[in-house]
Amino acid sequence: MGVVEKGTFRKPALKPLTWLLNYSRKYSLWMYQWGLACCAIEMGAAMVSPRYDIMRLGVIPFPAGPRQADLICISGTVTDKMAPAVLRLYEQMPDPKYVISMGSCANCGGPYWDSYSVTKGVDQIIPVDVYIPGCPPRPEALLEGIVLLQQRIQSEDMADRWRGDPIVVG
Amino acid sequence: MALTEQQQRAYVASQAADARLNVELQTEDMVLNIGPQHPATHGTLRVVARLDGEQVVWADVVCGYMHRGYEKLTEVRTYPQITTLVNRIDWLSSFANEVPFILAAEKLMEIEAPPRAQYIRTILFELARIANITLFIGTMGADLGAITPVFYAFRDRERILNQIEAVTGGRFHPNFDRIGGLKDDLPRGWIDETKNAMVRVREFCDELEELLMGNEIFQARTRGIGVIPSDIGLSYGLSGANIRASGIDWDLRRDQDLPLAWKDLDWKVWTHPDGDSFARFWVRLQETREASKMVDQMLDGLPAGSIQAKVPRIIKVPAGEAWVHTENPLGEMGYYVVSQGGLGPFRCKIRSASFNNVSVLPWLLRGAYVPDIITILASLYFILGDIDR
Repeated sequence: MGVVEKGTFRKPALKPLTWLLNYSRKYSLWMYQWGLACCAIEMGAAMVSPRYDIMRLGVIPFPAGPRQADLICISGTVTDKMAPAVLRLYEQMPDPKYVISMGSCANCGGPYWDSYSVTKGVDQIIPVDVYIPGCPPRPEALLEGIVLLQQRIQSEDMADRWRGDPIVVG
Repeated sequence: MALTEQQQRAYVASQAADARLNVELQTEDMVLNIGPQHPATHGTLRVVARLDGEQVVWADVVCGYMHRGYEKLTEVRTYPQITTLVNRIDWLSSFANEVPFILAAEKLMEIEAPPRAQYIRTILFELARIANITLFIGTMGADLGAITPVFYAFRDRERILNQIEAVTGGRFHPNFDRIGGLKDDLPRGWIDETKNAMVRVREFCDELEELLMGNEIFQARTRGIGVIPSDIGLSYGLSGANIRASGIDWDLRRDQDLPLAWKDLDWKVWTHPDGDSFARFWVRLQETREASKMVDQMLDGLPAGSIQAKVPRIIKVPAGEAWVHTENPLGEMGYYVVSQGGLGPFRCKIRSASFNNVSVLPWLLRGAYVPDIITILASLYFILGDIDR
């Protein structure tokens, strides 16, 4: 992405190109589903139920692994035993990557706010883009979360996202 | 551990094949780790299997990735708050989790819900069973490589969830049961809609019976795979459809006297003598159809009257101990409630079905082949919240 780092896309003439890149990215989100608890069933309903059908929004479920995913949906309770695995999977995803935290448990602990074994919010370990409230949220709520994320991707400036410390290999 | 006859035969056959080829096939042991995030484990179960070639020689289940500490949390909640919590143990049949807990509290308080409330409870219980097992039928197909049943299952499951939502306001977690009765009565027009939905459930069962159970590949992959003899099943504490598929005629809905509507109904407990994966699928499919007929009977014979017994405004349960268990969709689920007269229980032991159902896996997976691991996991049918609580 050398062009991006040089700031080529910031020139006014190349604005449409940024728009096109973002437009293509937002309608081909490969979603790695991280079904943990009750919300996984509602996520499954959103993905395979003919009534909701998440694929019409351009979200492609069931990639073979986190290496092929753009988006991860944390649906359900993250326990302290599970948290290292969540972090490890998130780190395997290629940049740019997005996180949807689905349900009260992933947002803040939910009904287990005083439990000894539950991580109170997945945002303690990985950065979250969209929070979906509910216990569990309806599949429609997940669809709205996806639409919000797509709006965010469309308005994103890739140069801003990529500016930072250079990646050093070796 | 004793090997089944089939496991022994498979081992002898593999040795004989090596002898015929005049080679000694010795392979390095390989450890195969399935999970904690694997689609076939339906959540966060981890199975560690040591393989000799294609055969499992040792397997173990690592659970606890979904442990949320229910038993400790019940000690700091009041009785009406606990129904919210126990909903989420077996998240596919939430209402069925509330009922034994509420019955245990009612047993300690020595009150009984009015007949109409008992009937509505049983109706919602059976609807939860249908919603649960419908998903099993779909995912069992998906795990064996047939993707169509999942779409059918989710399509027809929505009809049941609609009916549950119309009464309780929640698709998943109704939180509808109260000590001494129910929160609300049935809405207008619900009975006819539910009858229509039950007709659809029976159509779904017929459809899947032809589509999946009549399929030659499905039969080849499930018949004779994962055989649980009845004595092994009993010694590991299996319950529900898993033990009924091994030929044990045991159903807590019929075998005990609870203040619920099952005793008034005309129904049958389905068993299968084989004990293999196919039998477990078959029994669950028959149970779904039976449950839809039970709901029809209860809707016809729904008594009139109040839905709430007289209870004090602030619920205090007198000191004592009570154990109530019911036949949940996954098997026997029970609550042992110890009360010291406070607003909440002093201790609450939760017996959930899936934990015992997966405990047989180390025995069952020994001698199985790698593709059959998935069949066995799918046919045992566990829910992670129910294992780890």
